[in-house]
Amino acid sequence: MPPLVEFQNLSTHFKTDEGIARAVQDVSFSIGEGETVGVVGESGCGKSVTALSLMGLVSRPAGYIAGGQILYRGKDLLTLKPEAMRTMRGNEIAMIFQEPMSSLNPVLTIGEQIVEPLIEHRKMPPKAAWAEAIALLTRVGIARPERIVEGYPHQLSGGMLQRVMIAIALSCKPKLLIADEPTTALDVTIQAQILDLLNRLKQDEGTALMLITHDLGLVAELADRVIVMYAGRVVETGTVRDVLRHPKHPYTRGLLASRPVPGQRLRRLVSIPGQVPSPARLPAYCAFAERCFAAVDICRSGIPSLGLADAPHRAACFLAQSGAI
Amino acid sequence: MTDVSALLEVENLKIHFPIRDGLFGQVSGHVRAVDGVNIRIRRGTTFGLVGESGSGKSTLGRAMLGLYKPTTGTVRFDGKDIQAGGRKALAALRPKMQLVFQDPYGSLNPRVRAGDAIGEALLAHGLVRKAELRETVLEVMRICGLAPYQYARYPHEFSGGQRQRIGIARALALKPELIIADEPVSALDVSIQAQIINLFSDLKEQQGLTFLFISHDLAVVEHLCDEIAVMYLGVIVETASRNALFDHPRHPYTKALLSAIPVADPDAGRNRVVLQGELPSPAAPPAGCRFHTRCPLAVDRCRIEVPELRTLDNGHHVACHLA
Repeated sequence: MPPLVEFQNLSTHFKTDEGIARAVQDVSFSIGEGETVGVVGESGCGKSVTALSLMGLVSRPAGYIAGGQILYRGKDLLTLKPEAMRTMRGNEIAMIFQEPMSSLNPVLTIGEQIVEPLIEHRKMPPKAAWAEAIALLTRVGIARPERIVEGYPHQLSGGMLQRVMIAIALSCKPKLLIADEPTTALDVTIQAQILDLLNRLKQDEGTALMLITHDLGLVAELADRVIVMYAGRVVETGTVRDVLRHPKHPYTRGLLASRPVPGQRLRRLVSIPGQVPSPARLPAYCAFAERCFAAVDICRSGIPSLGLADAPHRAACFLAQSGAI
Repeated sequence: MTDVSALLEVENLKIHFPIRDGLFGQVSGHVRAVDGVNIRIRRGTTFGLVGESGSGKSTLGRAMLGLYKPTTGTVRFDGKDIQAGGRKALAALRPKMQLVFQDPYGSLNPRVRAGDAIGEALLAHGLVRKAELRETVLEVMRICGLAPYQYARYPHEFSGGQRQRIGIARALALKPELIIADEPVSALDVSIQAQIINLFSDLKEQQGLTFLFISHDLAVVEHLCDEIAVMYLGVIVETASRNALFDHPRHPYTKALLSAIPVADPDAGRNRVVLQGELPSPAAPPAGCRFHTRCPLAVDRCRIEVPELRTLDNGHHVACHLA
C-alpha cells in the first residue's frame, strides 16, 4: 500500500527583495495512513511552508513550487486544478493553526462556521448540519455546546477556540490533519488538555497527523516518526525513539541539549552558537556548518544528502555518515 | 519587620483594577489581579514567579517596580516603602530596579541605534558623563555578547535573540540591584533561548545581581531560579526553594503544572494530571480556595474556607487544606 502522502524532492521558493528565498529545498518524506509524523525545527526552517505546499496555500505570485511532487495516495496534488484542490482541502486534508483567533471569522457565530463545511463539502441539509455541529463540539470536549454555537469567537478563550478549530477540521472526516504549532499559544494546563484531545482523536478516528512544532516534548508525546528540518532541508529522520534517544545530526543534538531537562538542574545549557542563515543567502555546502561544533573542511565541500532511502534512521551529515561523530 | 537579607519585600499586596461600565463610567466591579501577596526576595538570588495568563504575575512584577499603586499593602526595596517618598523618590529608585520585556521587537525604538538605546537611560539619570558614555555602553555590550561594531546598528538589523541582548544590556547599563525579567525567552527560538538563559546564568554569577524571573515555562524556571512562587488567580498557592518545589510539590495546582511539562523523552513516564476547565475570571474569583473549581481533590471545606499560606518546613509554604 502506498503511503497516504509522499513528498518527493519538494522545493518551494519565494521571490524577495534579497533574491530567491529557498524556503523548502529538496524535501522528501512520507506519512502513512493513521501515522503521526512530527516535523520539527525553528522559525524559518521551512516546516510551515512544507505544510502550506501540501495544502496548495503557498501565496502566489511571490511563492511558487520550484520542483518536486506531492503525492496523495499516489496522485500528484501539484497538478490538480484549483477546484479539485479545494475539494481535497476539507474532505481529505484539514489544517489547524497556532492562532485560532485569526483563523476564525469574527462576525460569524461559532455554529455558522462549523456548519459551513458540512453543508458545502458533505452536502448535509442545514438541520442535520447543526445537529452534527453540536455533536462535533461535544466530541472535542466542549461543555454546553448548544450555547457555544450561538457565541462569537471573541467570547471564547484560546483553548476553547482551538477546540472549535479542531472540530471544524474534523467535520469532514479528513484522512490527514495538519496541526501547525497547535498548542504554542496556549497555557500549560490548556496545552495538556489539547494534547489529551489530539491523542484521543488519533486513536479513535485513525486520522493521520502531521504535527509541526518547535517542541521536541510534543513530538515525544504524539508522534511515531520525526522529520528534523534546518534551513529548508530535512537534516534527520527516524522513529521518535531513535531520533530523540540517539540523535545523529549535530543540529538535532543541539536542539535537544538547548532545553533544560526537568530534574537535571545543570549549571549551563549547551547552546548552539549563532543563528539560522537567511533562506535567501544559503551556502552551497552544509547550512549548519557555521554553527556546528564538529564542522571540518569536508562540511564546506558540498551539501550532504540524507543517504539511503530505505534506512529507517538517517541524517544529512558527512560526519555522522562516516561515523566520525 | 524588616529583614536585612531581603532586597525586595512584598507585604499583603493587593492590586485591584476598577471595571467601568455604562455611559458615565460607573465602577461595576474590580479585577482582583493581585489579591493579597507576600514575597521576600533575598539579595543575590533569582526568584521565579510562575503562573498562567491571568494569574496576576505580570501585574505583580510591575507593582514591584512601582508602576502600579497598591490598592493595599506595601512593596519595600532595601527596607524602604517604594511609594512612601512620592513620585520623586520613586524616580530616584528606578535605576536600581530594571525591567526586561518579553517582546524584543516591541520594546526597542526602530529609529534609535543599539548603542544609543543602551546609553540613553544612563544620560537621563545622569549616571555617566558624556565623554565616558561610549566606553560604558561598549562594556555592557561586551558582557551581553554584543560586538562593538553593533553599536551603530538599528534594531531591524538584529535577530530576536540579539534584540533581547540589547534589552538586557539596556537594563544592565544602569548598574541595577534588581532585574525583573517578564517572560524574557518565551518569544525566542529554542537554540536562541538557551543562549539567553546562559547569559542570565552568567550575569547572576559574575555580577551578583538579584533577579525576579516571571515565566510560564517551568523547565526554564527550574533551571534558573533559587526560589519559586506559584501564582493562581491573584494569590500565591505555593512557594519554596527550587529543590523542595520541584522534588516535593505540595499544592495540587503545582503538581498539575509540573506533570504538564512535555518531556523530549519517548520513554518518560507520563502520569499527567489534566486539569478540567479554565482559569475563572479574576473579577469574580471562586469562594473558598480559588483553585477548587479545577482541583481534582477538592472537598466541601475547599468550597467554603479560604486556605492560608501555611509554613510546612524550611521555607516551604502552601495554601491548601489538604497538603
